[in-house]
Amino acid sequence: MANLTRLTAAELSKRLGAGEVSSTEVTEAHLERIGAVDPAVHAFLHVDADGAMATARRVDDRRVAGETLPPLAGVPVAVKDVMATRGIPTTCGSAILAGWVPPYDATVVARLRAAGLPILGKTNMDEFAMGSSTEHSAYGPTHNPWDLGRIPGGSGGGSAAAVAAYEAPLAVGTDTGGSIRQPGAVTGTVGVKPTYGGVSRYGLVALASSLDQAGPVTRTVLDAAMLHEVIGGYDPMDSTSLDAPLPPLVEAVRDADVTGLRVGVVRELGGDGYQAGVRARFDEVVALLSDAGATVVEVSCPHFDYAFAAYYLILPSEASSNLARFDAMRYGMRVGLDGVADPSAEQVMAATREAGFGDEVKRRIILGTYALSSGYYDAYYGSAQKVRTLIQRDFAAAFEQVDVLVSPTAPTTAFRFGQKLDDPVAMYLSDVATIPANLAGVPGISVPSGLAEEDGLPTGVQVLAPAQADDRLYRVGAVVEAMLVERWGGPLLDRAPQLEPSA
Amino acid sequence: MPADHWDAPALTRDQVAYLAGLARIDLTPAELDHLAPQLAVILDAVARVREVAGEDVPLTSHPLPLRNVFRADEVRPCLPADEALAGAPAVEQQRFSVPRILGEEA
Repeated sequence: MANLTRLTAAELSKRLGAGEVSSTEVTEAHLERIGAVDPAVHAFLHVDADGAMATARRVDDRRVAGETLPPLAGVPVAVKDVMATRGIPTTCGSAILAGWVPPYDATVVARLRAAGLPILGKTNMDEFAMGSSTEHSAYGPTHNPWDLGRIPGGSGGGSAAAVAAYEAPLAVGTDTGGSIRQPGAVTGTVGVKPTYGGVSRYGLVALASSLDQAGPVTRTVLDAAMLHEVIGGYDPMDSTSLDAPLPPLVEAVRDADVTGLRVGVVRELGGDGYQAGVRARFDEVVALLSDAGATVVEVSCPHFDYAFAAYYLILPSEASSNLARFDAMRYGMRVGLDGVADPSAEQVMAATREAGFGDEVKRRIILGTYALSSGYYDAYYGSAQKVRTLIQRDFAAAFEQVDVLVSPTAPTTAFRFGQKLDDPVAMYLSDVATIPANLAGVPGISVPSGLAEEDGLPTGVQVLAPAQADDRLYRVGAVVEAMLVERWGGPLLDRAPQLEPSA
Repeated sequence: MPADHWDAPALTRDQVAYLAGLARIDLTPAELDHLAPQLAVILDAVARVREVAGEDVPLTSHPLPLRNVFRADEVRPCLPADEALAGAPAVEQQRFSVPRILGEEA
């Protein structure tokens, strides 16, 4: 039998449906793969082998009994550790939540379960999704399967590395400023940030509520569309959920065609700040789209230059408020105070947050506290909110001229561990091309665009569409993927080094 | 560019200590030495939002227009007490047990 871990989710779905393979076999193969390579990759914080196998057996039984099952039933999935999973530990990569077992499921997780996807486990991430490298995880970083000495991107580096290392055919992540798309770019995988409100936020541990959005992490564009259709759509449990049907996404992949489509290259998302190999691969994709019949023009979004600054005021402000819930009272860590016989709640709270939060979380909470403090509020938070308006206007003007926008996903390929750890601004610039979409709520996808010549590491191309036109991401992404895979003679991940099973 | 010539004030070590107090984080002196200069650099990088935030530009707090959402006023199941308390650091008489809120003499 073919190696089940190398198959796409779409292919697994087909074979499961035809009864050629069972979910038990598929799930077992992935658990074995995790056992073999995860000691080196560290994509997972927790593996739920028993739960995954129990789901797989149930799906197999139902299929044998002749039930009609959802398309992805029996195809295993990995879940970013920021999503509440009933009965499975959820830590958000933070020591303050070590060992916390949620009593309920996030809506995304509930939908995965309802669709019969065995949950393999929880994937590593920067603490509370703050970071671009997973180096801010309290449990140690995830290693990029292309080069174990390099970062897998972040914050969702665990989900991206899990699919890149064939430990899972599918994963889900969250994207607040690029945490799905940037890891996709640097691991040679596909990541989608849906339209804000398109996927429920209920049960996601909030980082910045006006920016957070959950989405698929996969190896192919079709797999992402299939997973997006499972997790997306209206949820009354999230007050910002869009009460509108998703556009047909799988259909957009199957009928992918860019003839006559107007594609805008964003002038501000390119140039000197971008690595030469990233730019070269991006220029090739633009040429391919033109060959495929798209009309390519350059568009200017002048305020995108300010997106990074606005984002690093808005996000810390919202985060400083959201993370106030970690107060040592109702869940999570509580520490005692040395030499204090009867400490007050306030003392316990401050000591616990000192012990439980890492450097990056502290940096952002303090920055947000400052930006929201009276006297500075208008100058910082207020100005950032105005920039947000200007960025939304830039998008609106651009989408009057073109149907989609394109740019490189990340300015560089995967960097080495430690390279940017003590230079927060350098780390923050990893998301310079992905941030504008979150500020405006529009959807984006990252698709592999090749390998940079100078270092042989993966690069990604980003496609952005107007709000609620997520189908366009899939239409363009599928065309780019098909043309590049044909040129390469196979998927990009086929060129990744083989991982040696750990002893 | 706003009319006033507002220069971003430098963030000092003392201010960072004060902010950490507001945020209920007991930073150590070593952390203050480490974080304060980094925060000053970050603040310097983000202060440029002022350059384009003219008075005529409206504020945006959210990507989509927000609306109030009500659900039907019907009883529905909620978490049983033991599950709600399952992750608590301390529990007493089916309640969250917390350290004292007030001072000794209060």
